[in-house]
Amino acid sequence: MSTILEARVLVPDVKLFRVHAPKIARKHRAGQFVIVRVSPDGERIPLTIAAADPEAGSITLVVQAVGKTTTLLNALETGDEILDLAGPLGTPSEVARFGMVVVVGGGVGTAVTYPSAVALSQAGNTVIAVIGARSRTHLLFETELAAVCDEVHPCTDDGSFGRHGFVTDALADLVATRKVDRVLAAGPIAMMAAVAETTRPYDVPTVASLNPIMVDGTGMCGGCRVSVGGVNRFACLDGPDFDAHLVDFHLLEQRNRAYAGWEAARRDELGPCAAVPVVVDGAAS
Amino acid sequence: MSDLSRRERMKRAPVAMPERAPDVRRTDFEEVNDGYTPEMAVAEAERCLFCARPTCVTGCPVGVDILEFVRLVGAGEFLEAADVIAADNSMPAVCGRVCPQETQCEGACVLAKKGKPIHIGHLERFVADHARNLGSTVPTPAARTGKRVAVVGSGPAGIACAGDLVGAGHEVTVFEALHELGGVLAYGIPEFRLPKAIVAAEIDRLRKRGVEFETNAVIGMVDTVDDLLTVEGFDAVFLGVGAGLPRFLDIPGENLIGVYSASEFLTRVNLMRAYSGESDTPLIDVQGKSVVVFGAGNTAMDAARTAVRLGGAPVRIAYRRSPDEIPARNEEVAHAEAEGVVLTTLVAPTELTGDEDGRLTGVRLQRMRLGESDTDGRRRPEPKPGEFIDVEVDVAIIAIGNMPNPLLLRATPDLDRTERETVVADVDTGLTSKPGVFAGGDIVTGGATVIMAMGAGRRAARAIDEFLRTETARRS
Ligand SMILES: Cc1cc2nc3c(=O)[nH]c(=O)nc-3n(C[C@H](O)[C@H](O)[C@H](O)COP(=O)(O)OP(=O)(O)OC[C@H]3O[C@@H](n4cnc5c(N)ncnc54)[C@H](O)[C@@H]3O)c2cc1C
Ligand SMILES: Cc1cc2nc3c(=O)[nH]c(=O)nc-3n(C[C@H](O)[C@H](O)[C@H](O)COP(=O)(O)OP(=O)(O)OC[C@H]3O[C@@H](n4cnc5c(N)ncnc54)[C@H](O)[C@@H]3O)c2cc1C
Ligand code: FES
Repeated sequence: MSTILEARVLVPDVKLFRVHAPKIARKHRAGQFVIVRVSPDGERIPLTIAAADPEAGSITLVVQAVGKTTTLLNALETGDEILDLAGPLGTPSEVARFGMVVVVGGGVGTAVTYPSAVALSQAGNTVIAVIGARSRTHLLFETELAAVCDEVHPCTDDGSFGRHGFVTDALADLVATRKVDRVLAAGPIAMMAAVAETTRPYDVPTVASLNPIMVDGTGMCGGCRVSVGGVNRFACLDGPDFDAHLVDFHLLEQRNRAYAGWEAARRDELGPCAAVPVVVDGAAS
Repeated sequence: MSDLSRRERMKRAPVAMPERAPDVRRTDFEEVNDGYTPEMAVAEAERCLFCARPTCVTGCPVGVDILEFVRLVGAGEFLEAADVIAADNSMPAVCGRVCPQETQCEGACVLAKKGKPIHIGHLERFVADHARNLGSTVPTPAARTGKRVAVVGSGPAGIACAGDLVGAGHEVTVFEALHELGGVLAYGIPEFRLPKAIVAAEIDRLRKRGVEFETNAVIGMVDTVDDLLTVEGFDAVFLGVGAGLPRFLDIPGENLIGVYSASEFLTRVNLMRAYSGESDTPLIDVQGKSVVVFGAGNTAMDAARTAVRLGGAPVRIAYRRSPDEIPARNEEVAHAEAEGVVLTTLVAPTELTGDEDGRLTGVRLQRMRLGESDTDGRRRPEPKPGEFIDVEVDVAIIAIGNMPNPLLLRATPDLDRTERETVVADVDTGLTSKPGVFAGGDIVTGGATVIMAMGAGRRAARAIDEFLRTETARRS
């Protein structure tokens, strides 16, 4: 059991939790995730550690309600307990002095990129954040990123804030006009695939933080396997970060729909007020 | 014990294990075998010839005094029999159910030559269940040594090691990566073969004896082995982390939806209870679907029989060797076939095919024949050129074995390993190349058996106890 020290709604359907997890907070490195279970019949789901505070002994999770488990989780409040919390899991993101790094975040993926932006900035990189959402009210982590990045380029689908358009539009301008040394993307699959295509012609090393369906998160089931350069890799062990130019995004997209019908039925059981899967925020699809 | 003559005893027919009818049991997850009644147990024990040199004992990987426990069963002294078993086997209720008796004690029984070995496994199970139902006593704790041992992994190796260490007076904490305890006994072997209540009772007993359990503790990620020894102040560490990384076939189509590793399939069903209706963990709908399982070990049988219970039809096992080479326990193969599992041998999958949504629709099987003997003495399967069978399937389950999980090993680079990535550990003590660190079970042997893991855990416990005591002696 892990106590929720703080819970607050960031934007519609997205909630931030600060959870008591002193050991995980001490060990966490950017790019890692935890496995969470919220009820005795509950599913094990992966969530990125968006921030960790070793002094306070807490980690931060940013959760978008898309289905039953995330909806149940987002119903929890300060003082409530999370039944199971295991981590930190996954291979940490590669952090070095690359030069100029662009982090691209779509929707809740923005929170996923945040710890990497912090680490990359501390490592002496020039860090530019390109973040996307449907509209101004859905834009996440803009102030947090602004505090650690050299530039933040917000994009909204409806033009209500920042650039009117997709994150890939902003990214395309950046790679065309500046010497970008590395790109890190996290968000909807379609967005990550589009980011890979945007940087491919320029040969900019590009990493995507993949989000396949997981069970154990420890290498035990192989359900999280993704194809990278034609080779199967377990995202929970060797990822979730992989070379975006080598990832088979089409396969990932298909596999993530494996239980779509079942998941929709479970969502319906939660009643009409439950979360509806949101159309891919800030995606280029 | 009754005064039957040797001839009379030899004439008696073995007492069959009562089991639920195949067409009933294949619709639920309850245990298949009902277990002996006391009368059945006595009758079966009475068949024993009490050999002067009991080969059954030699056949037991942990040397249980089978002769004595069977004699006690024959005399109706079931609790005394339980004590005899307990001296060498800390999990008889489990082992009685899942040990490959035909290659161990029963295979070595002199009556095996006549095809009528004493059903030692059934007797062991009876005795253990009998003692458990009477509410077995918790041993009085030994004097505290003040030493602390971390046991990593709660499978049979870890459980056995923890039990003996707490018995020796050490403080023991078991760290388990998953949210449930028991290792393969919890997430792998299904309820219909090994009721979870038995594993839970064993763990409960350890708790009562003072063993601490920490779930959701992924050692290597949260604490490393070094952290356990330094920061957390443990005096020794036992690694019983199993061999949990599933192997895949490396053939086209392996990533189609509907293709599972046996570990994933069984984890979804056993650990996450995907069959229950209340569970939030999904599983591809198996009802009325064509299922194929690759491999023929216990894992393959478990996966196939689980698929039968989920309504799969037909459920087929595709094995690349001949029926003679099937590695699963005889009983599992017989049960699987009785429940309607179709065994197709001398075939190997070469390709899985799917539809435009990426869902599995078929498998191409290459016909095989047996060639020369391999280094392990088994004849090697080789393809029959040009001979293929195409089968329509909706769900494919890969049960071709596991490898050690690299997660903890990567975080412990100073632990010597073999080229198979198993941990190098002394057979008698479990001592690894890392001081204060012992290992046993599947992480050392590669995928083996419950009894081997349990035995290794107990040998390591003895060595750890000695290590801690000499350590203290040296320091004072
Ligand atoms: C490494 C990693 C990090 C992630 N980090 C975050 C994060 O920080 N914040 C966040 O909101 N989301 C994150 N996700 C996604 C999150 O795990 C899923 O949204 C969640 O599992 C959905 O569960 P559900 O029951 O609410 O929805 P469901 O209705 O069950 O599923 C909705 C969709 O989520 C995906 N999904 C379902 N079950 C799983 C599962 N067990 N594992 C992974 N994906 C699944 C599938 O694509 C599915 O179609 C991450 C995923 C991965 C793999
Ligand atoms: C489906 C199936 C059926 C089987 N049937 C039989 C049978 O009928 N008879 C038989 O004798 N044998 C059978 N076996 C084999 C037997 O179960 C194993 O040999 C035995 O369980 C090995 O025990 P172990 O303690 O070494 O490891 P495991 O039982 O694998 O337990 C290891 C535990 O360690 C945990 N762990 C791993 N890494 C970490 C970490 N880094 N930190 C913390 N915890 C960790 C795992 O989650 C797991 O709980 C079967 C195996 C399977 C998979
Ligand atoms: S989630 Fe099971 S192996 Fe990665």
